[in-house]
Amino acid sequence: MKVVIDGELCQGQGRCFSIAPSLFGFDDLGDGVVLGDGTLTAETLDLARLAQANCPEHAIFIEESS
Amino acid sequence: MTDKPPVLDFATDWDHTDPAWVNDPYPIWEDLRQRCPVAHTDRYGGGWFPATHAGVSEIAKDTEHFTSRTVIINEGRPTDEELPAPIGVAPPITSDPPFHALARKLILPAFSPGVVNALEPQIRELCNRLLDDVIGEEVVNGSLSYAKLIPPGVIREMLGFPAEDTEKFIEMVHIITEAVDLPLEERIEAFIPVEEYFVAQIEDHQDNPRDDLTSFLLDAEIDGQKLALEHVFGTMVLILVAGIDTTWGAIGASLWHLAQNPEDLARLVNEPELMPTAVEEFLRFYAPVTMARLVNADMEYLGCPMKEYDWILLGFPAANRDPVVFKDADKFIIDRAENRHVAFGLGIHRCIGSNLARLELRVAIEEFIRRYPKFELANKKDVTWAQGQIRGPRNLPLRILS
Repeated sequence: MKVVIDGELCQGQGRCFSIAPSLFGFDDLGDGVVLGDGTLTAETLDLARLAQANCPEHAIFIEESS
Repeated sequence: MTDKPPVLDFATDWDHTDPAWVNDPYPIWEDLRQRCPVAHTDRYGGGWFPATHAGVSEIAKDTEHFTSRTVIINEGRPTDEELPAPIGVAPPITSDPPFHALARKLILPAFSPGVVNALEPQIRELCNRLLDDVIGEEVVNGSLSYAKLIPPGVIREMLGFPAEDTEKFIEMVHIITEAVDLPLEERIEAFIPVEEYFVAQIEDHQDNPRDDLTSFLLDAEIDGQKLALEHVFGTMVLILVAGIDTTWGAIGASLWHLAQNPEDLARLVNEPELMPTAVEEFLRFYAPVTMARLVNADMEYLGCPMKEYDWILLGFPAANRDPVVFKDADKFIIDRAENRHVAFGLGIHRCIGSNLARLELRVAIEEFIRRYPKFELANKKDVTWAQGQIRGPRNLPLRILS
């Protein structure tokens, strides 16, 4: 599983990197960015889901890795 | 404002300055969600109020059918001379695409989490100074002596204006946000001292550039061109207005809540790790900011016959109480784990100061409850609420308990 942020939808609400600073950071404009390649482990999946459930813009997606 | 007829039915004649709405809007919004869900008024020349999260969300993200050129409802209507689109009087909040993105990108870095978080020690020190000023008093005004004085100190410092001007700042915010009932001419007249003050500050910064937001704006360029002075002035007005009343309202409303909910206060004192969810729940439950839009052209939208230049009152606080989106929406849950609130708006106009507002709110509450782990309302009847699009307690006497 992999977590991604849709850069078109993200408006820099800042919820993801507050809730899960181990998975998300921010760029110069304050938009959320995924740290690393976004691969999730059994431990980080729940955290990613929590961040997703708090994003007002619905900009976070969790995908099956190919 | 007192000669306005009282509202008898908010579904067909809403007015966000009506005393019933000002004192307790939440039952009104719940009633509208069930009956309308988009309410109408002929006041202010005509307007609509979507009471649901879905309605607010759709309009907030639709910059094709709605313009942001005026975001505070008033009796006037824009003309091309007075409010040139797409820039508007206070870019980027009053700007539409495509200019909006340019104006926004310009100032976003100044409000990014990295820059803003560095202000934490200063904000904490300011909060403690204000608490030291009222030390030993049995009744502390959580609004006038505390919440009201925190954001102006922070914003004044960011803009690089003189320290002794904090009170002047607050006066100007009032002129701009609370003059909704003044006819256009009087509003323009009320604005004169604001303009004079800002022009003097801009001139001082032109003569003596320094490391602050004012000098940054004067130096900034879009497409190799320095910003027009009206743009610089407008953005400074925006930062002043949007950064003060709003956070004042959020801090005040949070203290108002804690004063009446001793179990939440005790949990926050004893379990400081709850602060992150508590801050988001304060923001959801007591979201201070309602924005406005104007309808671009006659159209049928959300089932309503909207006319060009009708107002849209964009109630983010109402969206935050919609039970379709939030479980137990009318309950304050201090450890609410899933909280997709829209206190800072949605879409391209997301509050640019949201990182700063969160920081100020968190530090203000942390320092207040550290100093006063027990307090209650001194007299419920003395609490008054701000009228207009920014909600928060204006008078908040708190009795300190031992």
